[in-house]
Amino acid sequence: MTREAIVQAVIEIIKEIVPDEDCSALDPRRNLREQLQLDSMDFLDVVMELRKQYGIEVPEADYPKLATLASCADYLEPKLCAR
Amino acid sequence: MDSNTRIVITGIGLTAPNGDDLATFRRHLLAGVSGVQRLDVRHFGELPAGICHYDPLRYQKRKDVKNGTRAGSIAIYCCHEALADARVAVGPANAARVGVYLGITEHGNVETEHEIHNVSQYSFDMRFWSHHHNPRTVANNPAGEVTVNLGITGPHYTIGAACAAGNLGIVQGAQQLTLGEVDVALAGGVSESIQSFGIFASFNSQNALARHEDPTRASRPFDADRTGIVVAEGGAVYVLERREDARRRGARIYGEIAGYATNSDAADFVLPKPERQTECMAAALARAGLEPRDIHIVSTHATGTRAGDIQECQAIRPLFGAGCDETFFNNTKSFIGHAMGAAGALELAGNLPAFEDHIVHPTLNVDHLDPECELRNLVLNRPRAAGRVKAILNNSFGMLGINSVLIVTQPA
Repeated sequence: MTREAIVQAVIEIIKEIVPDEDCSALDPRRNLREQLQLDSMDFLDVVMELRKQYGIEVPEADYPKLATLASCADYLEPKLCAR
Repeated sequence: MDSNTRIVITGIGLTAPNGDDLATFRRHLLAGVSGVQRLDVRHFGELPAGICHYDPLRYQKRKDVKNGTRAGSIAIYCCHEALADARVAVGPANAARVGVYLGITEHGNVETEHEIHNVSQYSFDMRFWSHHHNPRTVANNPAGEVTVNLGITGPHYTIGAACAAGNLGIVQGAQQLTLGEVDVALAGGVSESIQSFGIFASFNSQNALARHEDPTRASRPFDADRTGIVVAEGGAVYVLERREDARRRGARIYGEIAGYATNSDAADFVLPKPERQTECMAAALARAGLEPRDIHIVSTHATGTRAGDIQECQAIRPLFGAGCDETFFNNTKSFIGHAMGAAGALELAGNLPAFEDHIVHPTLNVDHLDPECELRNLVLNRPRAAGRVKAILNNSFGMLGINSVLIVTQPA
């Protein structure tokens, strides 16, 4: 997957998790939880969907690496490319 | 605590398979409109079921509908509707003095079945079990979701009481008002049971699950050709207040909680015991200071099982005999199925407008009355005009031999 595709995939996951939120103009460098009403359970939903849809396991120690869309891409790119 | 405290109903919110507000529900009960439809039940295929059609997004965000439970959503809808009907707003001044008391037959089956189905798609790898499961399945969930949604900081809990729960939610609310624990009680019952295949399956294994090619004809208490229970979802929540508080603010009063009783058969897991049901009705009458002849509508619990229908009639006859010429009997499950934890609360609601219109809605689908269910003034298939309706007695009974009877009287 390209980096752009990875970002779009994460956005699609988030749109399903917080369907009331506007995800059309997210700043990739800003913390997602500053831009959206994402609580800790929502964040676990993101982790679950990455597991279900892409077979990616995100250990708890790596949760901070999913803070922004850009950091998501940094973190997920090698995992998705390796598959 | 003042044992003379009088508790009144000042608001009603409901969703039933044949109506999402009291006016529609009542209109359909008088017009003979069923709410039973075909439902595709996991592992079963199509079965008759009572399905509600309220709009969850009226009072919830999409995320909250997704993360919460159907019972929670139904409860939220009913509580909002009841508060609006009562013209009570929840805000900083009263949030801690509002309590939520909801009867449930069961809770958690739906979510547990969904999760087991979910992990079965992943070879039962428990990493795929949802982190939402515990908050969805704790027994207080439906009432708790209401407090989160409405910002209520007073007490909330559910009353687990099988199919007697709807009445007992109302009783709990009345008792907490009498104790002075709260100033407003949101009290009633909810059911999400149609989403649990296990509930259908268990009734099926008991030979107590209704089937009919026309789903609207499937629920037929008292009819000789009945085949069992139609499972339904729904909810009914009442705003209850102390009468002096309601009068002080000029609230509309639907009726007064005049008497109630609950007892236990102490006999069997599933089979009812008419003697205890009679005792429960008698105890509620005594608490209300009423005689059987003072009751104008007996809203029966009958579910469409042969044993249950016959035994409730056996329980009724010793009390409502000579002198009860003005007592009518009806049944709401024939329209909507058995709404489990919501049943008692919904069935009472559909009868309350009779205080004003003096009409007794019927029990539907009785083509051939079971001779063992004959009751004088059993209102069959068409509404009946009553000379007056001043008191309604509402029966709700459940498994493990739990009985509840609630009596509501016309506002003074």
